Amino acid sequence: MTDSGLAANRISFAYGSRARAGQDSSAEVLDDVSAFVPRGGLVGILGPNGSGKTTLLRLLAGLMRPSSGRIVLDGVDLHTIPRSTVARRMAMVPQETQLAFDYTVLEMATMGRYPHLGAFEIEGPEDLAIAREALTATGTHHLASRLFNTLSGGEKQRVVIAGALAQRPDILLLDEPTASLDLAYQLEIRSILQKLNRERGLTIVVSTHDLNFAASLCRELVLLHQGRVLAAGATGSMLEPALIRKLYGVDVDITANPRTGHVTVIPVARAHEAPRT
Amino acid sequence: MSIARRILVTWLLFGVAAVGVCLLAPLVGSTSISLLRVFDSSVPFAENADAQIFFVARLPRVLAGALVGSSLAASGVVLQALLRNPLATPFTLGVSAGAALGAMLALTLDLSSGIAGFSAVPIASFAGSLGAVAIVYGLARARHRGLSTNVLLLAGVTLNSFFSALILFVQFLSDFTQTFRTVRWLMGDLDVSSYAPLMAAAPPIALSFAAFAVLPRRMNLLSVSDESAASRGVDVHSTQRLAFLSASLATGAAVSLGGPVGFIGIVVPHLIRLMVGADHRLVLPASAFGGAAFLVACDTVSRTALAPLEVPVGVVTAIIGGPFFLWLLIKDR
Repeated sequence: MTDSGLAANRISFAYGSRARAGQDSSAEVLDDVSAFVPRGGLVGILGPNGSGKTTLLRLLAGLMRPSSGRIVLDGVDLHTIPRSTVARRMAMVPQETQLAFDYTVLEMATMGRYPHLGAFEIEGPEDLAIAREALTATGTHHLASRLFNTLSGGEKQRVVIAGALAQRPDILLLDEPTASLDLAYQLEIRSILQKLNRERGLTIVVSTHDLNFAASLCRELVLLHQGRVLAAGATGSMLEPALIRKLYGVDVDITANPRTGHVTVIPVARAHEAPRT
Repeated sequence: MSIARRILVTWLLFGVAAVGVCLLAPLVGSTSISLLRVFDSSVPFAENADAQIFFVARLPRVLAGALVGSSLAASGVVLQALLRNPLATPFTLGVSAGAALGAMLALTLDLSSGIAGFSAVPIASFAGSLGAVAIVYGLARARHRGLSTNVLLLAGVTLNSFFSALILFVQFLSDFTQTFRTVRWLMGDLDVSSYAPLMAAAPPIALSFAAFAVLPRRMNLLSVSDESAASRGVDVHSTQRLAFLSASLATGAAVSLGGPVGFIGIVVPHLIRLMVGADHRLVLPASAFGGAAFLVACDTVSRTALAPLEVPVGVVTAIIGGPFFLWLLIKDR
């Protein structure tokens, strides 16, 4: 089936009052954006700060409605599907999670069971087993009884991913999952996501501004620039110096890393400072 | 222990503690009575002095304490989750200042005759609290699709100062007796000597608690973040509305019954969290029962410590609660 997956069909979006949308296109965060995430895909939304990545991700998750265009999940308009049904199919990992209350790691993971339970239903042994399994999958099971607030940034992010996995989704959306993490944690998150995609067939969408993270993780990229799609396609064909220059305003060298086989992007200079060749 | 069992045990333990305190508190006072004689069915009620003191003289006041304490503690929990701020209190959003303004106007204008048999002060204070809620709610909804918790917080704090200024201004113009009565009201007072005020406050409180029943699991998710709650299928806007309106209604009714008794709404939830953790399915019922027990105990101290002089109960809770609050601020930081 060609329409099996998550699609954005010519969506536009502006923050603020919805009445304003369409009148002043300059206020739009997204302008006529189309993108497709195939089932089992590993897609990156790549772009500089303020390009609309997070907004696109939130729209794909159904957290907001586009002012025009449609988000389509397996051929069905996302906003015609009940929220709890969507939540059993798609999970979202926000950029950063700050807690005001001292939930334990296990409690954080167990909250992912919410869409599977009735209004007054209490998580049973099966739900706890699913939550524990999700913690194992992200390598955080040994932290189960710790307080979430006492964890390091990388541990927190993995626990939040476990909470999303406990929802048992087919599609996982992550907003800048490595933005505040150091190198070792970035590699760790990357290998967890690759494994989930490969072994469980989980469809994964990540927004990121990090070229090398995107290059080493994603099979396909959507390049977002000032709320419009600059280009989209297989990762290899997206990492062209000319496209990157347009996307970030930076001149880059692109080489294949001999050890990993991934494409590696090395920024050289701001485009306007670059020597003419 | 499974989650269901922990919830059951929490209800039982804290429920028994609250009922126990409510049964023991009426035994304490100038005339000492015995629980056995109170419930001795062989003596008719008209001749049973112990039962009369228990049921007529002391129990209404104890039940008022339980109702007020339970409402304030539970509202504190709900508002702390809504504002994602463990330092929020039931009075943060202006409800108590509105109630105080209403009560003060009734006291100053000397509306002692009352309306339809009810005395005017609780009615005016309840009306004042509803007015404050309406203003804060209206502001937080204006220009937002949902409920802006930032505007909620700022509007509440501003309204608190504004109403306090109005109260001070009217006090400045009033005579000494009226001023003293207002100040006394602000200290909190559970001097309830019949069941009628309880009956008047009970319906709004019952309505709020019915709303509280559906909130705990949603509040767990909401207190993590709006976005993750929404992505898990929580209707964030309706949950925020329900939380704000039900907590405000319970607070307004509690304040109209017992005055703005401070610190219950913050001390009790924190103590409870130290005991049961952060899950709102445990924190909310435990705080409701714990708040009842705490205020009834404080009120027993207030009416016996300096007997026959009665220390205002709000002074007792503040003397216990203030230092505790300061300790919370520096703990683990």
